[in-house]
Amino acid sequence: MLKTFLIGLKDVRLAFRDRAALIFMLAAPFVLTLGLGLVTGRFSGNGGSGLSDIPVVIVNLDDGQIGQALVDTFQSADLADLVEPTLGSDPEAARRFIDEDKAAAAIIIPAGFTRSIIPQQSDYTATGSAPEAVQIEVYANPQRPTSAGVIKAIVDEFLSRVEEGRLGGEVSILQMLASGRITAQQAEAAGTAMGQRLQDQPASDTLAIQINSSTQGDEAVQFDALAYIAPGMALMFLMYTVSYGGRSILAERSQGTLPRLLVSPTSSAQILGGKVFGIFLTGVAQMLILIVASSLIFQLKWGDSLGVLILVLAAVFAATGWGMLITATARTTAQVANTGSAVMLIFGALGGSFISLEQMPLPVQMISKITPNAWALDGFTTLGLGGTLIDLVQPIAALLIMGTVLFAVSVVLFGKKDLAQK
Amino acid sequence: MTHILEVKDLVKHYGDFQAVKGVSFGIAEGEIFSLLGPNGAGKTTTISMLSTLYTPTSGDATIDGHSVTKAPMAVRGVIGVVPQDLALYEDLTARENLVFWGQMYGLSGKALAARVDEVLSQIGLTDKAGNRVKTYSGGMKRRVNIGVGLLHKPKLLFMDEPTVGIDPQSRRAILDTVKDLNKQGMTVLYTTHYMEEAEELSDRVGIIDHGELIAIGTQKELTRQVGESETLVLHVGENDDSEALASALGGVAGVIKAEATDHEVSVICPEAEDVLAGVVTKANERGIKIRSIDIREPNLEAVFLHLTGRALRD
Ligand SMILES: Nc1ncnc2c1ncn2[C@@H]1O[C@H](COP(=O)(O)OP(=O)(O)OP(=O)(O)O)[C@@H](O)[C@H]1O
Ligand SMILES: [Mg+2]
Repeated sequence: MLKTFLIGLKDVRLAFRDRAALIFMLAAPFVLTLGLGLVTGRFSGNGGSGLSDIPVVIVNLDDGQIGQALVDTFQSADLADLVEPTLGSDPEAARRFIDEDKAAAAIIIPAGFTRSIIPQQSDYTATGSAPEAVQIEVYANPQRPTSAGVIKAIVDEFLSRVEEGRLGGEVSILQMLASGRITAQQAEAAGTAMGQRLQDQPASDTLAIQINSSTQGDEAVQFDALAYIAPGMALMFLMYTVSYGGRSILAERSQGTLPRLLVSPTSSAQILGGKVFGIFLTGVAQMLILIVASSLIFQLKWGDSLGVLILVLAAVFAATGWGMLITATARTTAQVANTGSAVMLIFGALGGSFISLEQMPLPVQMISKITPNAWALDGFTTLGLGGTLIDLVQPIAALLIMGTVLFAVSVVLFGKKDLAQK
Repeated sequence: MTHILEVKDLVKHYGDFQAVKGVSFGIAEGEIFSLLGPNGAGKTTTISMLSTLYTPTSGDATIDGHSVTKAPMAVRGVIGVVPQDLALYEDLTARENLVFWGQMYGLSGKALAARVDEVLSQIGLTDKAGNRVKTYSGGMKRRVNIGVGLLHKPKLLFMDEPTVGIDPQSRRAILDTVKDLNKQGMTVLYTTHYMEEAEELSDRVGIIDHGELIAIGTQKELTRQVGESETLVLHVGENDDSEALASALGGVAGVIKAEATDHEVSVICPEAEDVLAGVVTKANERGIKIRSIDIREPNLEAVFLHLTGRALRD
């Protein structure tokens, strides 16, 4: 156990002393994140979320100004790149549309929505109090969690603005009514004016930069372009690290250190275990460095720390499994390097590092499930949108199962190899 | 005398190729034993089996009472191995290498730190211990490679051609280190294809060729096999036919054997002075100009030549 640990530590040290490895492990993902961040405008202040043209169905049954203001928000020029709204009239049809995976989410604005927020003269004369609040429904597509999350975040943002206005507005209107300073007609006019203000400035100035959602407690959770790009890049180059680690197993054989280990009182299981542990540790160190660096330098919020840590461990575990499989099936270090680079790029593309998975055809989405990248990226997106460990059960379970299966296969394959022979 | 190493009929086949064909010998505690043989003789293969790296095709060996095939782990704790090819982490410093390998031999804490310092001074690298191995000269790397094998003070040390390809100074230092270690009580199995090294270091020598141990004994015992003969080495011109000269010299009175190698003809005879005149005459008859002549006392080179008809070095 101790020797396994020591061999692993030695490998981490070696990896971080290898300039070429450092370039791929740390510099490349960092620079690419920076570059893609610039392209998507994350740093110029008017960027998107890395996602675009999210299809959304809006069913507006409200006849007041606020319902219309929400529709206008989605149809505004500021959100034109991000969302692609379609108007519908039947809530049931809209939900079916989502069930058939034809859009990311449906927004159903119920009848009387505006009324429930801005009481009108008739309501007060009839009951003397404001009508009951009615809820907007966001019917999300579970196949497209990221996009649905974005839609939900926009709606939440809109609602929180309405809420602010309502609290301020309603209180003052009621106070004025009570004190007899204004008439009921004037109150209605004031309420209408408030609705008008919302309509005139549809929350657009901040929405385009970042989508604030105030659903997770008081702290505003951001989802910005980098929250997608940075983990995508980190995960892609994690695949480099695991194949680099796999290569080091064969390199130790040809440089004579593996035979030397084998003639020391150290068992082959300890040695192989140490090598695997070294790959795992290096991968975890790489991911954590990238995460810490991007939080400090880009102010990127990765989300719940415990969730991030556990997800990193699970993702590196699965990736290490792939590294072992690549190594176990290769004969030379060059083969590992070549296969490793190919796998890195294919998994990067399949796993959504370049193009959001949701924009890929369904078969590709299915195949992407064999990559640690897709699962982990799903997890990181969930965390970026304010999720916690509990929301990560599915990706983490998938990553752990993937890693376990790959390890089992690799051990069988390694067993057939004679580690001692050059 | 008790044998710390006992080798019985060790055989190793690589596919159809027989690299080691039934080698048996023993090494007494406190001895330096050399396996002397040309490239490809099977030295490394033999050491690899004795150090439990390769499984013998057949046969066995016991080290300090443990069988290399049945109790490899026990054997590994007793032996130190200095492989022929460097086996170090070039991106680690000498000290880091020694610390890591010490840990692999179960050392830790203060004992490890102290032992690493000791070994560093023994191999003369205390000053450079903090530099990465990749910045070292070939000789320095060789010394670290040896140092790794000494960390756990093995009872039996295998050294596989530890001086190949280095400068004379480092070579001297290494040979002195081996003698020192032996004085401190370490038993050494040393392989080489340099006759001089075997002669200088060993208590006993085994001569190995084509996977077979063709002679074994002290230097005296071995040279006696070629009789009290001397060797006359004739250096001839590049264009001269040394083969033809050798066969002609075979007929000269008093010559036991004459062998040609590149631009050299070795003549084995009981007394060099007696055959000198005849040899020179024969060369003149054939129009071959002898550039220089060395007279060598009986040595392991002569033994090898005598036994195989070939020179040790090609
Ligand atoms: N793994 C292997 N597979 C096939 N043949 C091998 C292998 N290792 C060694 N040989 C062959 O076995 C023979 C003995 O090799 P070995 O390395 O034991 O010789 P050696 O005496 O150590 O030579 P050198 O002085 O060159 O180190 C050589 O002919 C070599 O080519
Ligand atoms: Mg050899």
